Amino acid sequence: MSSVAGPALRPRRPRGRVVGWAFLAYLVLSLAVGFATLGALLFDVFRRGLPFLDRALLFEVPSVDPDIAGARPAILGTIYLMGIVFALAVPLGVGAALYLEEYADRERWWNRLLEVNIQNLAAVPSIIYGILGLAFIVRGPVGLGFVLLSGGLILTLLVLPVVIIAAREAVRAVPSSIREGGLALGATQWQVIWRSVLPAALPGMATGTILALSRAIGETAPLLLIGGLTYVAFNPTLLGPFTALPIQIFNWTAQPQEQFRLLAAAAIILLLALLLSMNALAIWLRNRYQKRW
Amino acid sequence: MSEMEAAVAEKKTALDVAPRTADVPRDVVFDVRDLTVRYGGNPALAGVSLEIHEHAVTAFIGPSGCGKSTFIRCFNRMNDLIPGAGVEGSVLYRGQDLYGRDVDPVTVRQLIGMVFQKPNPFPKSIYDNVAFGPRVLGWKRGLDERVERALRQAALWDEVKDRLKESALSLSGGQQQRLCIARALAVEPEVILMDEPASALDPISTARIEDLMAELKRDYTIVIVTHNMQQAARVADMTAFFSVDVSSGGRTGVLVEYDRTEAIFTKPRDRRTEDYVTGRFG
Repeated sequence: MSSVAGPALRPRRPRGRVVGWAFLAYLVLSLAVGFATLGALLFDVFRRGLPFLDRALLFEVPSVDPDIAGARPAILGTIYLMGIVFALAVPLGVGAALYLEEYADRERWWNRLLEVNIQNLAAVPSIIYGILGLAFIVRGPVGLGFVLLSGGLILTLLVLPVVIIAAREAVRAVPSSIREGGLALGATQWQVIWRSVLPAALPGMATGTILALSRAIGETAPLLLIGGLTYVAFNPTLLGPFTALPIQIFNWTAQPQEQFRLLAAAAIILLLALLLSMNALAIWLRNRYQKRW
Repeated sequence: MSEMEAAVAEKKTALDVAPRTADVPRDVVFDVRDLTVRYGGNPALAGVSLEIHEHAVTAFIGPSGCGKSTFIRCFNRMNDLIPGAGVEGSVLYRGQDLYGRDVDPVTVRQLIGMVFQKPNPFPKSIYDNVAFGPRVLGWKRGLDERVERALRQAALWDEVKDRLKESALSLSGGQQQRLCIARALAVEPEVILMDEPASALDPISTARIEDLMAELKRDYTIVIVTHNMQQAARVADMTAFFSVDVSSGGRTGVLVEYDRTEAIFTKPRDRRTEDYVTGRFG
């Protein structure tokens, strides 16, 4: 067999290679700025905080003596807050998402208004939620006072739009052929949602919710405003005064003694660890239950 | 009461919802009268009248956009789910108007099952896919037997009996489609609508689905949409040829000719049918 002569294959052009390399270098630089900043911060925090990351930090109450001060009330406060947010934001968020995706008629102006407003709410600064909470939940009509439950309710309001948006994405990702398949078997709309759509959307919803929670875990501003007391030397209760990790960190860094700032660094490591493990859980859930249609 | 008797009793209650009327010949399952379907303004399908017979395979053929899929979805009211869809005229199911004021579309869909173009098993186990329908209808007794019976009817039992707990998504495309057929059979419908059931399958799987249709028509009435003329010629007893009418400015599907399959393919009365079945158009 003989091959027929075709067009000659040209060698690589050196100029194209230079441009390619320059572009790649720019991309790496962009990445490096972000990473270097984060790396420097992390390095500093770990260098200063690690020696203080001990049993006392986990199990002791705050004290004027940095050697025996701990963050137990703040850690418990944060855990309780997350519990409240999870318990309230998930059913409300999933319910709202299912209404908007499965029932709402897009043609109606009120449904479009709802949609736009939920998008907007997700972008409202958290301090606004704090002011709202102060006026309506702490004082005003609800009047719960400066207590843990108030904090939980405000953080719930804060993350609810994010949870709704994430849950809607998850519901929308369920192909319509699954709904048709169910309906064609004589299932009602509710049965199709409950037995087919919801189970299929659950992993996505869980992932979105956890990411929303990890936003709530670092919130300081709204809690400060509604009396997330900075000195709590006892375990928090639902209807009692409280503090949370970010507030404790904020408080310690404001102290004149260097020791307290090191303690704050240790608390930051703790908060980071909580945050990372929540994100890891989200990723694990996503990979574990990811559906292939 | 044995499982079989229970199943018969359940079927009877289901059928009571749509009682037979004396003046309709026994073998007419659907009597379509002057049906027009619109999605918004222009009709997608206009002025269709035909009768569909019991224990037969009826095929709808025609070029793309001729409204054959729209038409088949009128028989189990799946068009209700599309916003803006409107139906004029009537579809009588054993003498009763499917679009009657007090008819519950959910009941209609149980009696008149559907298999879709692309296999759409639920992301659940093989068993749970077949059990889905009986479960939503509250048929709890004899579920295992019911699932087995449906899988046997769909000629899938021997391939899956040892892995009923495995995900339905692990099956091949052809197996998934037979699973969807089994899933539809498990709620004991009287009619099975198939919207291009083999168009996403390889030739061997297609042949199995076609064999299955020949089997199933003893117990069920089958209506199938296909764009594959050979398939219609192979499986259908009756064939309806649809075409697109552009005279109104839009694209409207119309029924050109409806007859025994043999007649459609060998002695078509309409020129358009002849052109289509001989491959000169479409």
